[in-house]
Amino acid sequence: MSYRGRLTTFLVMLAAVIALAVYSVNTFFLPQSGVTDFTSAQPAGAPVNLTVQTVGQIGFGAHPTWVSYMVRAPDGQWQHNTTWKVPAHTTIHVTVHQYDSGSPLRNQQWGRIQGVDGNVAVLNGKPYSVYDSNSGNGVGHTFAIPTLGISVPLVGVDSNATNICSAAPCDSSSVSNTITFTFTTPGPGEYPWQCFVPCALGYLFGNGGAMSNANYMGGFLDVVQ
Amino acid sequence: MTDAATQPDAAGPAHAGKGEPRHFARMVTIWLVLSLVLDPLFYFLVGPHVPPGTMTSTAEENQFDFTLLVVIALPVLLGVWVYLGYSIITWRASKGGDDPVGGEQARAHLGVQTGWIAITSVIVLFLAGYGTYSLIDTHGAGGGQGPNPVWTPTAAHILPVQVIGQQWAFTYRYPTFGGFESKQLVVPVDTTIAFHVTSLDVIHSFWAYQLSIKADANPQIDNVAFTTTNHTGSFTVRCSELCGLWHGAMYNYGQVVSKQAFQTWATTTEKATAANTKLLPPFAWTYVPDANGADGGYYNDTVVPYSPSEVYGAKQPAS
Repeated sequence: MSYRGRLTTFLVMLAAVIALAVYSVNTFFLPQSGVTDFTSAQPAGAPVNLTVQTVGQIGFGAHPTWVSYMVRAPDGQWQHNTTWKVPAHTTIHVTVHQYDSGSPLRNQQWGRIQGVDGNVAVLNGKPYSVYDSNSGNGVGHTFAIPTLGISVPLVGVDSNATNICSAAPCDSSSVSNTITFTFTTPGPGEYPWQCFVPCALGYLFGNGGAMSNANYMGGFLDVVQ
Repeated sequence: MTDAATQPDAAGPAHAGKGEPRHFARMVTIWLVLSLVLDPLFYFLVGPHVPPGTMTSTAEENQFDFTLLVVIALPVLLGVWVYLGYSIITWRASKGGDDPVGGEQARAHLGVQTGWIAITSVIVLFLAGYGTYSLIDTHGAGGGQGPNPVWTPTAAHILPVQVIGQQWAFTYRYPTFGGFESKQLVVPVDTTIAFHVTSLDVIHSFWAYQLSIKADANPQIDNVAFTTTNHTGSFTVRCSELCGLWHGAMYNYGQVVSKQAFQTWATTTEKATAANTKLLPPFAWTYVPDANGADGGYYNDTVVPYSPSEVYGAKQPAS
């Protein structure tokens, strides 16, 4: 091969390697989303209202069919962020709009409400401390912060409903369950949260896809002073 | 090693002579003194603080084993350092001095080579034998022995605790207390525990550090590990098998408490979780997850306990 041919081959391979490295860093190492900040939305010490929704498929982005959480920013806009910055030692009122259908839990242990005020959550206005995932519509997802001992099952909607939300952000025109609960943040730190339902349909045991990538069914509660 | 370093008479014309000190004897003396001083110092001063501590029988045995390894390794390390240090000081090149010994003068010494091979072989063979003995003597030394353990403890009463790994948390079931499941791991002091480790999804590894228990959590496998608690305290549980996105967050803390406190905790928790326990699948040694994504719960399989000799108590659910 001529010198020019070898040089061309080398440059093409170099470009491919650089492109692969950039793609890998961007995909696997750089944060895929921003942070939704709740620290300046209200006076210091006042409770924070954290409103999120769970959707069967996000409807946009690199993986439009993946299940995901979304969060409503203090300005009212829905954002696809899973890192939520909240103040330390503050009461957090959580409202979850559950738009996804459910199924029996793989481990019914996650059917208990734990780690929140009174170990009780409210489902469409009715308090509950345990949800039998083998009954009704089952459990679609859970909201859990394991290091804080928090776990709340999010009851699924009727999978036969005709108005199931097909793309986020969903609104009141779609069938949903509203779950509310309250907890208090500890001292500063990053506390991972996650869903304990292996809800990544299409993947073996439901553990791949949205369950194994950041910014869908898990994130951080970034507690700051 | 060369005899130039160990045999004064063969150190070459430039180094030979009546006034040549007995280098080998000097080095042995220095090595012996250092070893006799540092080995006991390590054993008595550092040894009691070597991880993983003494919270359980396996931890205590492993601590002793680690200490013993260092006590054996220290003289070997000192031997190398003394030889190196002595050589640098004694035979270093100096300005205007003789050239360093080399070439044909730096020939092998059969005695030194044979001695080195013999001593290190004895050490390695001893450690292999001792390691095997420790595995048997401590009932697996805290490692998972699979569903049919070879080395089982002889205690009359063994408390079984099932460890269930799932992405990304460990939960624990207590079959002698109605099979309730908890996110907390609490065990009584002065009690032999049989940890039955399994998984609902991928491979995890249950590592209770201060208990010196480490057993892989494989789906549909009942991996059994034993220990006996020595004193109360808290311990850390971590997953030590890279298991996915939140592997790094898969940890929690457990407690060894008094027998009375354990009984109180277990009965209280059994009562408090009764509503959820009846929704759990019947207690089983392993569970079979549904492979269809999110659909379906987990189900007990038909695996029987590894040994009928294990005493589970009156309230053990049928498996």
